Amino acid sequence: MAGLEFIGVRKTYPNGVQAIHGIDMAVADGEFVVIVGPSGCGKSTLLRMVAGLETVTEGEIRIGENRVNELEPADRNIAMVFQNYALYPHMSVFDNMAYGLRNRRTPRDEIARRVAEAAGTLQLEGLLDRRPGQLSGGQRQRVAMGRAIVREPEAFLFDEPLSNLDAKLRVQMRLEIKRLQRALGTTSLYVTHDQVEAMTLADRLIVMNAGVAEQVGRPLEIYDAPATLFVAGFIGSPAMNFLPGTVADDGSGANLDGVDRTLLVAPPASAGRGRIMVGIRPEHLEPVSREEAAMEVVVELVEALGADSLVHGLLADGGEGAAVTVRLDGARRVAAGEVLSLAVAPNHVHFFDPDDGKRLA
Amino acid sequence: MEKRVVFSKLGLPILLVAPQIVITLVFFIWPASQALYQSLLLEDAFGLRSQFVWLDNFIALFSDPHYLDSFARTVVFSAATAGLSLGVALFLAAMADRVLKGATAYRTLIVWPYAVAPAVAGVLWFFMFNPSIGVLAYLLKWLGYDWNHYLDGTDAMMLVILAASWKQVSYNFLFFLAGLQAIPRSLVEAAAIDGARPFKRFWTIIFPLLSPTAFFLLVVNIVYAFFDTFGIVHATTSGGPAQSTTILVYKVFSDGFIGLDLGGSAAQSVVLMAVVITLTVFQFRYIERKVAY
Ligand SMILES: Nc1ncnc2c1ncn2[C@@H]1O[C@H](COP(=O)(O)OP(=O)(O)OP(=O)(O)O)[C@@H](O)[C@H]1O
Ligand SMILES: [Mg+2]
Repeated sequence: MAGLEFIGVRKTYPNGVQAIHGIDMAVADGEFVVIVGPSGCGKSTLLRMVAGLETVTEGEIRIGENRVNELEPADRNIAMVFQNYALYPHMSVFDNMAYGLRNRRTPRDEIARRVAEAAGTLQLEGLLDRRPGQLSGGQRQRVAMGRAIVREPEAFLFDEPLSNLDAKLRVQMRLEIKRLQRALGTTSLYVTHDQVEAMTLADRLIVMNAGVAEQVGRPLEIYDAPATLFVAGFIGSPAMNFLPGTVADDGSGANLDGVDRTLLVAPPASAGRGRIMVGIRPEHLEPVSREEAAMEVVVELVEALGADSLVHGLLADGGEGAAVTVRLDGARRVAAGEVLSLAVAPNHVHFFDPDDGKRLA
Repeated sequence: MEKRVVFSKLGLPILLVAPQIVITLVFFIWPASQALYQSLLLEDAFGLRSQFVWLDNFIALFSDPHYLDSFARTVVFSAATAGLSLGVALFLAAMADRVLKGATAYRTLIVWPYAVAPAVAGVLWFFMFNPSIGVLAYLLKWLGYDWNHYLDGTDAMMLVILAASWKQVSYNFLFFLAGLQAIPRSLVEAAAIDGARPFKRFWTIIFPLLSPTAFFLLVVNIVYAFFDTFGIVHATTSGGPAQSTTILVYKVFSDGFIGLDLGGSAAQSVVLMAVVITLTVFQFRYIERKVAY
């Protein structure tokens, strides 16, 4: 097994689309790294460059100590799980899993042993003679996993492997993948745009936007201290509230537009005295009495999810009134039109530079 | 959901299918039944009287060494034509599948030969290989091969095979290309990651997935070689030299219209008809069984 390394990696497609604008990062041996980002940000491109399915325009990709830019996919000793599984439709489940081993001239009894072992781990024992067309979606997904693990590769690459499954199966397979990766200790690179998958699976997370890695870090680090407005808005569901404002004259707080009292949380000194963007997650707003409130919100719409309710409203004082989402305990009954007085947990307020979107620290 | 149009009266639907039925009746059913009937008759040399002889024509046919020779030749000719045109078409399609720039122009060019009439295709190759004025014959002579399809039966056979395959390549190419493009890219990529080199990928992944198409084309090509090659043979070699390119369709013509053995010729066409019916039935059965991937 081996780690992965990206050194100044760029990708420009032949049609001129620049998909990756320079990525530098290292994945440690055995680490589970998730790449998350909106559609079209270049996640698949990055993964496919590691697999050798796309050329690297500039920079270097290393697997272990070796530069692999020029290697054929066959020589990189990695395994990939595709979104549509890409199982060979004319081969049995056994042959699908054995194909890669046969191509590498593994002895027959060794193939039988490894396939049997993988089938055991993935509960595929009874299905080895079937064709992929005769399997359910979840079973196909497991065969695709099996095909990857029998090879005992240096690294696993996953490109949205769960997006074709229904919600329940997705949760189940997510756990299974995590467990399997722990047990095998194989370096893994996993692409998804589902942030729950990203948060739960990742040892480390790469948040990508338009071909750049906006932030790399442990999931909770990123949740607690998003580096940019983009990351702050992308990670966390429902998304963080962004409230523009001005730093108070004495620097002790911020005057949010449309709120007639000062938010008494001091912005970092680097904020200066000008405009500022304040970010507050819906789960960090708490209903309190009018006197204690940092802001008041007129409720527009309530989504009751059972365990909690998502309340969508507008700032009460402001003329144009920015939209605010609040996550409340499900037991609490709120009706549209009601005015909620809300306090903010002081160490959960994020400040960003409104011009370049960078976090202020 | 299947969408059906229901006619309230019988008149219109009958009117709508009538042209097709009339054409089939006049140009297929009627001549076919005539041939069937004729094949049981023996006509005198002047075509004045005919006599009902049951299966005598067929018995004579299968004990005639010339006919059996022609049968063997036809098998060789069909196998070679089908093999050559399928092979070349598959190769071109595999290449065209990778071409990105100018793909449309490339495809259009490959499809052109299909629009050429068989006789014209025959004449074209006939001229290119003409021992005294043909470019290719000249080239072969320069390479040390003395090409002459007027005298050499093997040369003549190769000429008709070439001309017949050339015309069929376009048709096969279109089907192969469509078949190739229907194979998901990710399958080939998965195979590449699984350690298969391009050649191996082709034989273990692409070709098996293409095999229903290939089988369909094989039958179509054999049927083509058996039945649609009259024009090509007629325009290039006229069945010669010494009958070396007299394949079955051509023999039907030469025995019937030149030899004036109408009963025997009719029996030959009945045999040909039986061959095509067998092939078609075989193909339908196989395809029905094979769709399940
Ligand atoms: N073969 C290609 N040729 C040209 N441009 C491409 C090609 N593949 C992808 N792109 C472009 O590169 C950019 C990144 O694509 P990529 O497939 O990596 O996105 P992604 O992050 O995987 O998106 P998704 O979540 O929708 O899968 C997109 O703008 C896309 O249009
Ligand atoms: Mg993608």
